[in-house]
Amino acid sequence: MLEFKNVTKKYSDGTTAVKDLNLKVDTGEFVCFIGPSGCGKTTTMKMVNRLIDITEGSILVDDKDIKEQDAVELRRSMGYVIQQIGLMPHMTIKENIVLVGTLLQWPKERKDERARELLKLVNMPEDYLDKYPHELSGGQQQRIGVLRALAVNPPLILMDEPFGALDPITRDSLQEEFKKLQKELNKTIIFVTHDMDEALKLADRVVIMRDGEIVQADTPENIVRHPANEFVEEFLGKDRLIQGRPDVTTVEQIMEGFPVTVTTKTTLKSAISTMRDKHVDSLLVVDSDNVLKGYIDIEAINLNYKKANNVDDVMETEVFSVLGDSLLRDTVHKILRRGAKYVPVVDEGNHLAGIVTRATLANLVYDTIWGDGMELEDTAAAGE
Amino acid sequence: METIQQFTDYVSANGGYIWTEFYRHFLMSVYGVLFAAVISVPLGILIAKYSKLSGWVLAAGSIIQTIPALGAMAVIMLVMGLGTNTAIVTLMLYSILPITQNTYVGMKNVDQTVIEAGHASGMTRFQLLRMVELPLAVSVIMAGIRTALVIGIGIVAIGAFIGAGGLGAIIVTGTNATDGTAIILAGAIPTAIMAIIADVVMGWIERRLQPGQSA
Repeated sequence: MLEFKNVTKKYSDGTTAVKDLNLKVDTGEFVCFIGPSGCGKTTTMKMVNRLIDITEGSILVDDKDIKEQDAVELRRSMGYVIQQIGLMPHMTIKENIVLVGTLLQWPKERKDERARELLKLVNMPEDYLDKYPHELSGGQQQRIGVLRALAVNPPLILMDEPFGALDPITRDSLQEEFKKLQKELNKTIIFVTHDMDEALKLADRVVIMRDGEIVQADTPENIVRHPANEFVEEFLGKDRLIQGRPDVTTVEQIMEGFPVTVTTKTTLKSAISTMRDKHVDSLLVVDSDNVLKGYIDIEAINLNYKKANNVDDVMETEVFSVLGDSLLRDTVHKILRRGAKYVPVVDEGNHLAGIVTRATLANLVYDTIWGDGMELEDTAAAGE
Repeated sequence: METIQQFTDYVSANGGYIWTEFYRHFLMSVYGVLFAAVISVPLGILIAKYSKLSGWVLAAGSIIQTIPALGAMAVIMLVMGLGTNTAIVTLMLYSILPITQNTYVGMKNVDQTVIEAGHASGMTRFQLLRMVELPLAVSVIMAGIRTALVIGIGIVAIGAFIGAGGLGAIIVTGTNATDGTAIILAGAIPTAIMAIIADVVMGWIERRLQPGQSA
C-alpha cells in the first residue's frame, strides 16, 4: 500500500530531518509514528502527500512513485487530519465535509448525500449540516475534521496528532470511535502522535523514531514486552513497562515458595494433623526426592479414612501442574478455566518448586490495578 | 438664528445645485477609491505572499500619506491640469495605503492551519486564494476601503481649488462671499452627512462579509 524507500529529508540549512527511512505499510494497517519533538515523525508523514518534498529516496503509494504524480491530485486522493482541525470558518459543516468533493467537482446531490451519510457515521444529527464550525464544540469539530478526510473515501489517511488538542475525556471517546470506524472502513492510517498511550491503544504497529531514524517498529504488544533499547524503555516510561510486566512474568516469579507437602507413605492420621497445623485443606504429595506425585484433600481423606492407611492409597495422581518458566498469563488463564484452587509449580524433572494459589493471583491483580508496581516487584523478588 | 434662516433659504433656492454637486462629489470619491482598490487589493495580496516586499510597499504608502493633500493636488495639477481627473488621481494615491495595508493584514491574519488544511486537501494556489484566503480576508479589506472612502470624501472637498467641483465648490463660494456662513454650511453639512452615511453603509457591508455568519 505504502512504502518508504531510503527516504531522506535534508533542509537547506543542513539539518537532516529524516535519515534513510525504510518502511512498508499494508492496506488496512494502522501505523502510529511516535517520538520526541523534532524526531522527524511529522516530516515523514508530510512527505507522503508532498506537503514536504523528499530529498532522496522515494515513497510509493500502491507501487506508484508519488513524485511522478501531480501533487494536487495526490493530495485529493488522501485524507488529511491535523491537530488544529483547520475547518474553514466561513463554510458550513456540509461544505467543510465535502470540501474535497467540491474540488473534484462532484454534483451537488452527490455531495449532499455523502455529507449526510458521513455525519451518520459519527452519530451527529443532520441539522448540524447547516451550522458553522464555531457553533460546534472542539470534539465535534474534530469529528468533522475526520469526516472531511473520509469524504471522497480515500484508502489512505494521514493524521497529525488529530486528538492532541482535545480534553482527555473527549479524546478517549474520539479515539475509540475512530478505531472502530477505521476497522469498519478498512482504511490505511498513518498517525503521528507523541502520546504513547494513544499509540499503544490505536496502532496495529508503532514506529518509534528518534533523530530522523526508526528506533523500533513493531506491534504495541511487542514494543512493551521487548523494547529495543534504553531509549524505547525510557520513552515508554516505567509505568507502562510494569503494566506490560504480567505479560512477561513467569510463574516462578510470583509463586509461593514453600507449599505444604507430605511425603509418600505418610499415614492419613499424620496427614490430617499436618493440614490442621498449617491451616490447609489439601496437601501435595512428594517422594523423598521432592518429585511431585499427587495430592490429597480433606474430602478424599474423609471418604477413605476407614479403608486406607497412608496417603499413597487415596491421593489423586492426576495433578495439573505448570513449569516454573511458563508465562503467567497462560497459566492464569488455565487456572481460572479449570476452576482449580491452586496449581503446583514444578521444574523439568517434575520436582516441586512452589505453588500458585488463587490468593497469589488476587495479590497480583490488586497490585496491577492499585499498586504502583512496587509491591509486584517485591512479590516477584520474594518468589525468586 | 439668522444664519439658520439664511441656510434654509439658500438650500431651498439652490436645492438642485447642491444635489448636483453632492452627486458629483460622491462619484469622484467612489471612483478614486475604486481605482485605488483595483491597484491596492492585488498589491496587498502580493506583499502578503512575498513578505520581503511588504516593508517597502507599506513605507512608500506611508510617505504618500504624509504629504498634505492640498500640496499633492497642486503638484499633480502641474502634470494633469485642472479638473476632476486630478482630484480622482490624488484621492487614489491617498487610498492606496489604507487598502493595501488592510489587504495585507487581512491576508496575514488568515489562520495558517486553515490554509494548511486547504492546501493538504488538494487546493491549487488559486483555489486557495479564491475559496479560503479572500473570503476570510474580505471583511478586513472592506474595512480598509471604508477608511479610504471616508478620508476620500474629505480630500475631494479640497478638489474645488483645482476646479474639480463637488461640494467643496459650494464651501469655496461661501468663503469668498461676505457673510457666507450659510453657504459654507450648505457645502459642509452635506459633505459630513455623506461621510457618515458612507461609514455606516460600508460598516454594514463589512459586517455582512464577516466569515462564519449565516448570511
